Amino acid sequence: MANVIDDATIEYVGILAKLELSGEEKEQAKKDMGKMLDYIDSLNELDTSGVEPMTNVFPVKNVFREDVVTNGDTRDLTIANAPEEKDGQFVVPKTVD
Amino acid sequence: MSLMQLTAVELGKKIKAGEVSVVEAATAALDAIEKRDAKYHCYVTVVDRETVLKKAAEVQAKIDAGELTGPLAGVPVAIKDNMCTEGLLTTCSSKILGNFVPTFSSEAVLNLEKAGAVILGKTNMDEFAMGSTTETSAYGVTKNPWNEEHVPGGSSGGSAAAVAAEECFYALGSDTGGSIRQPASYCGVVGMKPTYGTVSRYGLIAYGSSLDQIGPMAKDVTDVATILECIASHDPKDSTSVARTEEEYRFTDALVDDVKGLKIGIPRDYLGEGLDPEVKESILAAAKALEAKGAIVEEFDLSLVEYAIPAYYVIASAEASSNLERFDGVKYGYRAKEYEGLHQMYKKTRSEGFGPEVKRRIMLGSFVLSSGYYDAYYLKALRTKALIKKAFDKAFEKYDIILGPAAPTTAPKLGSSLSDPIKMYLGDIYTISVNLAGLPGITVPCGFDSKGLPIGLQMIGDCFAEKTLIRAAYAFEQTHPYTRANVEE
Repeated sequence: MANVIDDATIEYVGILAKLELSGEEKEQAKKDMGKMLDYIDSLNELDTSGVEPMTNVFPVKNVFREDVVTNGDTRDLTIANAPEEKDGQFVVPKTVD
Repeated sequence: MSLMQLTAVELGKKIKAGEVSVVEAATAALDAIEKRDAKYHCYVTVVDRETVLKKAAEVQAKIDAGELTGPLAGVPVAIKDNMCTEGLLTTCSSKILGNFVPTFSSEAVLNLEKAGAVILGKTNMDEFAMGSTTETSAYGVTKNPWNEEHVPGGSSGGSAAAVAAEECFYALGSDTGGSIRQPASYCGVVGMKPTYGTVSRYGLIAYGSSLDQIGPMAKDVTDVATILECIASHDPKDSTSVARTEEEYRFTDALVDDVKGLKIGIPRDYLGEGLDPEVKESILAAAKALEAKGAIVEEFDLSLVEYAIPAYYVIASAEASSNLERFDGVKYGYRAKEYEGLHQMYKKTRSEGFGPEVKRRIMLGSFVLSSGYYDAYYLKALRTKALIKKAFDKAFEKYDIILGPAAPTTAPKLGSSLSDPIKMYLGDIYTISVNLAGLPGITVPCGFDSKGLPIGLQMIGDCFAEKTLIRAAYAFEQTHPYTRANVEE
């Protein structure tokens, strides 16, 4: 396997991905990612010099519209989905001391 | 004959003629679900009978009043569980959205409702549409109505199986790398992925935004064209939505049995290693049938086919890692029970809420977008995408349609795919490049293998050439009418 994912990398990716992996999951993730990157490395066989990266298939232009509220007040329904709410607001763990 | 054997358009006609009431049709569908869904598990959520029948009566009243006159008025439908439906549980087959009730409906669903659709429920899928078998669902596996030991395909496996099992009259699916076309092929039904931007993605829970498209799944090409005509629209709420001409939106105009002079190319690259010989034989026989009707068929080299999958997994995973950041346990869905502080709450919520395949793709996506790897992986994949698009552009200079298999094999057995992700990914080899290039594609049933499992023919068109595809698919269908799965009545 050409791509060896070390503990530090998996730790770093875990931070970026906001995932907390168990020891076993980390080992599996290292293997899976290594294998996947080996497979993805086949793209290096292609000469892409001078090729512009294509984000969108069709030419894109900025799409503007008037900033008008059309969906009415759905606060109660929205809040009903919250894992925790108080007085019509989302409750989250304390973030600032 | 059971009502459930009718196509959506056939039922629509009977409703219009007053031969069948909307309540009767909805009752038949709910009875079928009640009878068969314990076996096939096509649905994650079935709307309760009272609500469905109330809606059916409302639609009937509008039909009677002449307010609803379209071909799908009163026809019951199943919706893939990644499309938001107002007031109706939408889980994406994930634990993290296990209790999510949207406050709005996706534009495609709204378009159907405006046309008088009656929603039966939400269909099972691979979690967040990541998978090819519907086995990554947090809510159990769906079984293939042709053989319960086999998968229905994925990720729109529940929608495909619900059509084949006659537990709905038609369904909506979504296709990011083949997720409509491959399950349609495995379940012996018709499925279509339109040109990127044709159907609004507003309210579709995003996986790979540059690739995702909603499309129809049904028993025949007439249904698929009719449904597409209904759901396609230019939507200011989706900035990638494309405005098409009125004539272009009239997809049913293309339901014509005529392929004389149509130039069809079969990529040699689609017939090589990895393709099951029985599938190959069936696909080539389908090409012959079109040739006999006057199409000009030849083989050609498309090139770059083997690079589509690695490019796709970089791009789709990158977009997924960004799109799925919103699931953090704050505004909706699952929240971990025990945690210390905000960051641990995010991490534990996501780690407990997402399944293994979703985590794998979020990790890969986060990696390829990270500083130091972005150019080598992400930009490289986008450059590859540009080359793939160019290869298709070249092919469409010469051909009206590209024809090939939808998948290398028929439906694999349950439990045989998830242990080797790369092997599972390779099953998408014929469908995935279509999403990278934004093209429309359709699969129609074209035969069976020796195990009695359906084989799907895939046809790919140039951007905005849905009507050419529909015409070719319709013409082929005349030589190969729909075969029902042997579902218990």
